[in-house]
Amino acid sequence: MLPVLAIFVHVPPGRLLAQLSNPVVHDALVVTVRTSVVAQALILLLGTPLAYFLATRRFRGRALLITLVELPIVLPPAVAGIGLLVAFGRFGLLGRHFGVWSLVSFNWLAVTFAVLLVAGPFYVRSAISAFEAVDRDLVAAARTLGARPLRTFFRVSLPLARSGLAAGEAVALARGIGEFGATIMFAGSLQGRTQTLSLAVYAEFDRNFDVALAISAVLVLLSVAILLALKVSALWQPSRQSSPSLFARFGSS
Amino acid sequence: MALVGPSGAGKTSLLRAIAGLVRPAAGRIVLDGETWFDASARVWRPPEERRVGLVFQEYALFPHMSVRANVAFGGEGRVDELLERFRISALARARPDELSGGERQRVALARALARDPAVLLLDEPLAALDAHTRSAVRAELHELLRELGLPTLVVTHDYEDAAALADEVGVLVDGELRQLAPPGELVARPADAFVASFTGANLLRGTARRDDGLTLVRLESGDEIYSADELEGPVGVVVYPWEIVVGPAPDGGSALNAIRAEVRSVTRVGSRVRVQLGPLTAELTQASVERLDLVPGRVAVASFKATATRLVSL
Repeated sequence: MLPVLAIFVHVPPGRLLAQLSNPVVHDALVVTVRTSVVAQALILLLGTPLAYFLATRRFRGRALLITLVELPIVLPPAVAGIGLLVAFGRFGLLGRHFGVWSLVSFNWLAVTFAVLLVAGPFYVRSAISAFEAVDRDLVAAARTLGARPLRTFFRVSLPLARSGLAAGEAVALARGIGEFGATIMFAGSLQGRTQTLSLAVYAEFDRNFDVALAISAVLVLLSVAILLALKVSALWQPSRQSSPSLFARFGSS
Repeated sequence: MALVGPSGAGKTSLLRAIAGLVRPAAGRIVLDGETWFDASARVWRPPEERRVGLVFQEYALFPHMSVRANVAFGGEGRVDELLERFRISALARARPDELSGGERQRVALARALARDPAVLLLDEPLAALDAHTRSAVRAELHELLRELGLPTLVVTHDYEDAAALADEVGVLVDGELRQLAPPGELVARPADAFVASFTGANLLRGTARRDDGLTLVRLESGDEIYSADELEGPVGVVVYPWEIVVGPAPDGGSALNAIRAEVRSVTRVGSRVRVQLGPLTAELTQASVERLDLVPGRVAVASFKATATRLVSL
């Protein structure tokens, strides 16, 4: 608790608040929000079907595939950044061709890529467990009641896995906002282009310590907000939910 | 029709194969001329294209949906009619976890029927219920199945449930159908020792030889028993608990067989009392048990007629 509290009491609150008008803070906030929104949307959109597939199908190489998905969780983020660089960088495997490098060179897309790689696996891992926990008889029942696989997914599997998916997404979001190593390696730390809040803390650390403190305070508040949102959504149990899931209507045909 | 068998006999697998939830290695599944599965012709219909109403053992109600939404999942058309029919209209907005076992079963049945199935499959429909709702639900279910007039396949491990619910009962052991017959027929003429013991009969092992127009069976215990059935060699003697007369001495009437043994246990089952007498179980009324003062440890004689026995070869 002490280090977190210290951020708020090190300098008077008024001075902390004044630092927030610094353009560095504003720029970092914009980059962070933009890259987080896009990266998390991609994580949900690609990670959910992937997790469902891995949770419900039995095939050769499944264990290997799951291990590969989990690898970035244990990999040092700096190594992930180096990996991205030699894959998509100017002289990288893919970067050399198809104009990939010019597409991502030191811009917000590069940050998004780094977040995707580092934070995505946290969501997918949690989503696999959530889908595995759904009673298989319920899925079977939906099928015998005439629901095609897609409708079964949206009406049964997804609503029942919801709280597990939300927990995974909260972790991925927090991990993405805090992403540092892979981003600084692959995207650099250019103010207004690739400098996220986490990178700005480091950059301002020896330029203007008060700004670094102010950004840290913002990040603490963000983290608390994510954690609270998760706790509140866990209280709101799916079985007590009175209106059908947001996704339900996509499934009914 | 009902299928009975011990757990692991393949009853549930069979239902799941018919519903299309598992794909058997061989065989054919045809309903009314419609082929749902044919291993050799490589025909396979997914479950949603088979008109089955499968009621799962634990009912598999969707926990995140109301009773009404559960039923409507099977089909929107007849929801109100079905809620009415199964007396669950008042529960339409309730969640499955707020229901009793019997109510859950009614929701599961209504949901399966909302699908407008061509065949109804019930997996252990009474197993999830507690003992005292069970007999009431069984009678209700029997009534319902009769009204529906749908081809119905019930699987259960309990012979009494099967006999109460179905016109024909098949005994399934290790994936093999041992006998398929009306319940009375299974009792009267069990195909083998397993069928006999499964229908609740006593089974005594021994060796049979013909003796003066009857068959004399020398039991492993040394007792000798006469049977009207004709069979020789190693046999099982089948006697139903309700055919046995218990008394302090051999019955003076026409019963040819008498076995003297110690009472091992006295158990009340509904309106009857089951008395374990040596190798035999006899069914008596509570009044008889009291009059004869049958308590564990007391020696009594079990008598039964030669015509009350069935012989199956072992």
